[in-house]
Amino acid sequence: MIKWLETNTPKLVLAPSFVAVLIFVYGFIAWTAWVSLTRSRLLPKYEIDGLIQYDRLFASPRWDTAFNNLFLFGFLFITIAMILGLSLAILLDQNIRTEGAIRTIYLYPMALSMIVTGTAWKWILNPGLGLEATVRGWGFEDFTFDWLINPDMAIYTVVIAAIWQSSGFVMALFLAGLRSVDQEIIKAAQVDGIPTWRVYTAIIIPSMAPIFLSAFIVLSHIAIKSFDLVIALTGGGPGYATDLPATYMYTMAFSRGDIGQAASSAMIMMMVVFAIIVPYLYSELRSKDD
Amino acid sequence: MTNVSYTSSGSGKNTTKIALRWGLYIMLGLFALFYLLPLFVMVTTSFKSLDEIRTGDLISLPREVTFDAWRTAWSEACTGIQCQGVRPYFWNSVMIAIPAVLISTLIGAMNGYVVAQWRFKGANLFFALMLFGCFIPFQVVLLPMARMLGLMGLAGTIPGLIFVHVIYGLGFTTLFFRNYYVSIPDELTKAAKVDGAGFFRIFWSIFLPLSLPIIVVTIIWQFTQIWNDFLFGVSFSQAGTQPVTVALNNIVNSTTGVKAYNVDMAAAIIAALPTLFVYVIAGNYFVRGLTAGSVKG
Amino acid sequence: MAPILEINNLFKNYGSVEILKDINVAIEQGDFLVLVGPSGCGKSTLLNCIAGLEPITSGEMAIGGQDMVNVSPKDRDIAMVFQSYALYPTMTVAKNITFGMKVRGIDPAIQKEKLDYVSQQLQIGPLLNRKPGQLSGGQRQRVAMGRALVRDPKLFLFDEPLSNLDAKLRVEMRTEIKALHQRLGASMVYVTHDQIEAMTLATKIVVMKGGVIQQIGTPAEIYNRPANLFVADFMGSPAMNLIPAKTRTNGQELQIEIARKDSEPIILTDTRNQNLPEDVIIGVRPEDIADATVARVGETQEADCVIDIVEPAGADTFAVMQLGGKHVTARLHAETTAVAGAAQRLAFDLGKVSYFEPETGLRLN
Repeated sequence: MIKWLETNTPKLVLAPSFVAVLIFVYGFIAWTAWVSLTRSRLLPKYEIDGLIQYDRLFASPRWDTAFNNLFLFGFLFITIAMILGLSLAILLDQNIRTEGAIRTIYLYPMALSMIVTGTAWKWILNPGLGLEATVRGWGFEDFTFDWLINPDMAIYTVVIAAIWQSSGFVMALFLAGLRSVDQEIIKAAQVDGIPTWRVYTAIIIPSMAPIFLSAFIVLSHIAIKSFDLVIALTGGGPGYATDLPATYMYTMAFSRGDIGQAASSAMIMMMVVFAIIVPYLYSELRSKDD
Repeated sequence: MTNVSYTSSGSGKNTTKIALRWGLYIMLGLFALFYLLPLFVMVTTSFKSLDEIRTGDLISLPREVTFDAWRTAWSEACTGIQCQGVRPYFWNSVMIAIPAVLISTLIGAMNGYVVAQWRFKGANLFFALMLFGCFIPFQVVLLPMARMLGLMGLAGTIPGLIFVHVIYGLGFTTLFFRNYYVSIPDELTKAAKVDGAGFFRIFWSIFLPLSLPIIVVTIIWQFTQIWNDFLFGVSFSQAGTQPVTVALNNIVNSTTGVKAYNVDMAAAIIAALPTLFVYVIAGNYFVRGLTAGSVKG
Repeated sequence: MAPILEINNLFKNYGSVEILKDINVAIEQGDFLVLVGPSGCGKSTLLNCIAGLEPITSGEMAIGGQDMVNVSPKDRDIAMVFQSYALYPTMTVAKNITFGMKVRGIDPAIQKEKLDYVSQQLQIGPLLNRKPGQLSGGQRQRVAMGRALVRDPKLFLFDEPLSNLDAKLRVEMRTEIKALHQRLGASMVYVTHDQIEAMTLATKIVVMKGGVIQQIGTPAEIYNRPANLFVADFMGSPAMNLIPAKTRTNGQELQIEIARKDSEPIILTDTRNQNLPEDVIIGVRPEDIADATVARVGETQEADCVIDIVEPAGADTFAVMQLGGKHVTARLHAETTAVAGAAQRLAFDLGKVSYFEPETGLRLN
């Protein structure tokens, strides 16, 4: 008995977490998947009824907006944050004396809640009293900056706020990547007389491919989960112009009482995440086993 | 330091070099302004009176510093029908975050220790399952979790929120500790086994004393995540148990009365202070957590 | 008296991969057993099995006459020194050494006494309050030894303990371990990939390859009578010359013909060995090929050989030539007259010659 305990202690320690993960992650995903195939509305039903919820979902103009917004927002957010992050990292990599302080300033938004970020930007972008009013007050009477209340432009305010929050983090990732490049290669290039910019474009940046991948994974993860920011900044409005799948799901689940729609939209979100994460995790775990 | 420094020579090139240097600093400074401006606006707005906000501009300093907005935000502002400010919700957040952080860190440390040092058949599968759990969009578990909390009698309670945060924090805490412990040679465990120490003794006497840096990283990461959480807070709380992020959103988006931007900003700063404070005193650990959470293995 | 360590028919698999195949070894009290072989030969796995850190798949193992198969490491009465030393980083040297006693609940006064004894034995007294991070490689090594010594176990296990030291320190510590063994009269099992360590330390050597024991014997047996081509090639530096040759029986004599490029074959005669197949590989140690001009004991046969390369190594000079299509090394006197490109008269001593079957690689004589 004691011998059995001795050899199985590690498994026993892991067991509660294992059970928890099985139930609360995989069991719950299965539950949601199941319910997404039923006619559930206010209360869950458990008779499978095909893809009716998904048909409803893709017939809904609101979901259409939310889904398109995800790709528009995701594309702009990821692209700009990566470019900005990489540029800042390279600028900071030039033996800047105040690097520590500057890095701290660039990165602090990442410590804030997206609700705080949304609240701040909502005030700044507010056309009546914010940036627009301020610039007008400086004498530019015709200046308009009403993206926040313009259904066609409001999604871009979400992009701005999200970039403001996350680009410093991308910079930190890239900076760590720049610092981990083999110094001897750089020295060799310098001895060969290769100009600094070529050292970056031809040697350092290509060797950071894994960092690009990591940054992409993290940013797309943030983009897909983005919920707080939209709630605080635009509330999904004007109308439902800035809805994302995350806000759509929440509205269906907790305001409209449409469990079927909530479940099917959540499953779509999950499939998008899977499409990005699974190949990544697979390659990560594979390469570790070798 | 990547140290791709300029090694050009000659006085003609020196001028270019100095100009480049200045350009560099100006660029960096402009970006610093971009990141600082919202914080600056928040702080100045929170010290202005509503009249000054309506007449003045966004980035001017307050003509007259007033703490009224802070007082209101802390103890008087209305979140829906309640008008107690963010104070009770701030304490809710504290009561959720502290136990959830400690429990998830402790379990994560044990899990990481097992996965990294007591490898057995299936341990890697377990780790892969956990890792995967870090990445799911939580929307996919919201509905069943709401029902489960109801069944457990924890719906709308603070213990319920602690439970949710512990469960969904385990993936990351396990990952942090596993990646830290996996770099410790397994000969250490072997030596301790030969010395007669058992599973818990080895953890307690050898691994835990080694773990201070990763404990700090994990605590900071978990605290930031849990304090800043909105999704679980808004989904699984009720009127008296909401965390501060939910209360802040309710204050800002409450449709009753005049829009008091100064109060909104003061409330936002209050909600942000704990994590900002942690960031300022332990920034390096914060960054390590962020990068550890994204660059695996 | 029962052997201090006895292993019978031990097998060890990882899944379907066989790591150790039918291991049979026994040592007596006071033996110094060295497990030697190239990396991946299973020697460290075997040591871990002896320690109880790895379960065995089948077979028997006894320490001090007691069955150990299902006994956990702490109850095997062993102590182990690891390659990375595995010192507990957060504990001082003193705590590192006494940790095992503390875990076992030994009286602090006795702990103190044993610590004093060990630190005196290993001269680590001044280091006792330091952390492992503040020690040099050699000091860490000593502490790791101290942690093992303080246990006073039935059996000491060493897993490549010197491989992380620089060359000079390695030789010093080797001598010290040997002295320690002689002073304590303790039984030791020692894993290394370094055949010189094996030769100098062991009273008994186990040569392993691919999870299979190739030969067990005293250092002299292993060196002089290698059981197969692998052992012949692996043990000794420079390695034994393994030269393909043809044999011909001529009355009471065996004639050995070694082909050469661009000149007549060398014919050597062996009066003691008979009944060899026609194709053999003959194994000659470099020291059994010497300058013919220098007087030598024993029976030698001379031949002129064209030297390709001359490598002075201080005490000796190595000369490399082509015989039987192989590079053959001769260990010559430091003041040899051999010059690269020129012929040199060499004396071959077949007193300790080995013959191997080319197909199976097994020893023939």
